[in-house]
Amino acid sequence: MPEPDSMSMELLNPFLHFTDTTKEYPSPNGPIAVVEGFELRIAKGEFITIIGHSGCGKSTMLMVAAGLNKVSRGGVILQNRLIEEPGPDRGVVFQSPSLFPWMTALQNVLIGVDQVRPNDSHKERVAVCKHYLERVGLGDSLNKKASELSIGMKQRVSLARAFALKPKLLLLDEPFGMLDSLTRADLQEILLDIWNTEKITALMVTHDVDEALYLSDRVVMMTSGPRAHVGNILKVNFERPRNKQEVIEHPDYYVHRGTLIGFLESESYGDHSVAA
Amino acid sequence: MKNKLIRVLSIAGFGWFTPVIRLATGEDANEQIREILLRIGVPVMTFAIFLLVWNGAAAGIETNLGRVPGPAQVLEQVRSLAHEYKEERRKEVEFYKIQAEKNAAKLAANPSEPAKNRKFTGKPTYLDQIFTSLRTVFTGFLIASVIAVPLGILCGLSRTLSMALTPLIQIFKPVSPVAWLPIVTMIVSSIYVVPREWLPKSYIISSVTVSLCCLWPSLINTSLGVASIDKDYLNVARVLKLGFFNKIFKIVIPSSLPYIFAGLRISLGVGWIVLIASEMLSQNPGLGKFVWDEFQNGSSQSLARIMVAVFTIGIIGFILDRVMVTLHSLVSYTPETH
Repeated sequence: MPEPDSMSMELLNPFLHFTDTTKEYPSPNGPIAVVEGFELRIAKGEFITIIGHSGCGKSTMLMVAAGLNKVSRGGVILQNRLIEEPGPDRGVVFQSPSLFPWMTALQNVLIGVDQVRPNDSHKERVAVCKHYLERVGLGDSLNKKASELSIGMKQRVSLARAFALKPKLLLLDEPFGMLDSLTRADLQEILLDIWNTEKITALMVTHDVDEALYLSDRVVMMTSGPRAHVGNILKVNFERPRNKQEVIEHPDYYVHRGTLIGFLESESYGDHSVAA
Repeated sequence: MKNKLIRVLSIAGFGWFTPVIRLATGEDANEQIREILLRIGVPVMTFAIFLLVWNGAAAGIETNLGRVPGPAQVLEQVRSLAHEYKEERRKEVEFYKIQAEKNAAKLAANPSEPAKNRKFTGKPTYLDQIFTSLRTVFTGFLIASVIAVPLGILCGLSRTLSMALTPLIQIFKPVSPVAWLPIVTMIVSSIYVVPREWLPKSYIISSVTVSLCCLWPSLINTSLGVASIDKDYLNVARVLKLGFFNKIFKIVIPSSLPYIFAGLRISLGVGWIVLIASEMLSQNPGLGKFVWDEFQNGSSQSLARIMVAVFTIGIIGFILDRVMVTLHSLVSYTPETH
């Protein structure tokens, strides 16, 4: 975890930079800016979560970073390069697991690894896939068809698929939103566990305040749309590696939680003045 | 073990037989007997009623070719056709036996003279006609599929191509085989001037006509299936930067296979219907020609023989459809639930 000072130095030349990112959609009364002037600087190795009300455009920002959605103005810069199209240097975990149901768990991971490691032998690539599937706890379900897996298991495969790409950036679009709370807790732990060893810069969208506090270094609070933007940013200084129980018992936990919930509540009344 | 057998039977289209297995292995008897009555008893009874009504109605109608045949007369013609088949096979065996004997005798008399081996050319039996029809319909179906599936995939991927082809598809889709046939006949006759023995002109004409009619359902369904691929799948493909062919073969085709097979099933059904008409007119020696010849022949057995053909066509069509349903359920996967 970088010291605050070195962090601010790093943010002068950020790893990932949303600059004036704006997304407009056409409407009968002319274009409506769902997100306008979204500014965010992320340092290498940070875990950032974005929270905000449904429809505020947080997933849109994530998809722009993935290259799957076009901006109307501004853009996202990854390592000094403007993101223009999707690519395997950015691993994406979607809300629905999006596995190919006609393939096995292993094949679903392998299809990505084949793309990013064209020079490795088949054996080596399979070994990479197996490694990550074991990390997500599916070592004994490698050859099960994706359609036979439970939704929680599918999302595990989806995590393995993203990590196995060894991406520069991990983009998680409410990955645990469809899971029950027990499975969700399991997967948060698995995600954090792998992230601790891989140290991939991660950007995650979530609804869940506790999830945001448990996982991230900073929580970005987005105002409600239209013209949504970054309302406030909360630094979360809990020590890593984190343990859920210790996080909850941390003296700052409920203060932070109060800040986030307070922000969300004020936003739900359409009061945009809370921002910073 | 039992569940596996039941699953295999259901996929193969013998789902109606599963209650018998369940009953035999001691599952709830009352429920299984009710199932057996419903799934086997009711259809058998309907068929019996149909035979009775047919029998009663047929007796009252006089035609130029005599009384309309009832089930008994039709069954008699089935036997007669089977007999003709056996007779023809016997003649064939005899022909080759005599030929072999003649050749052996010639060889003994003059070793330098080459032996003459002629093929047996008896008249086509009913079974031959069935096989000709099947071969023709599968040729037409194959031609249609080879064109329709790739074109459908491209249409599903490209809105431009889809817009470009829609008017053509909509205009040609409803055209009856009878309208295509003269055009196909003229074109094939002018291109294929010297027919080879193993590839008669009439065979090409009816196959092409069949393919012109059964092209459309596969084309439309494939393009629909490709166009409705889950957007998430395509996004994953984009994130992974899959190349064009990788995308087509690993994602597009597997995910639209259920649609493609649904289309192929309809196509084969249409092809089989169309085949009979086109064989009648193009004189391809299959079931269609059989029906036409019997109609022209006008003997007292003709109507009964045509009815044998009607049942044959129906039963084969039914079997073809079952085969396609089985293939369809084999390639279907459980889609992701959202």
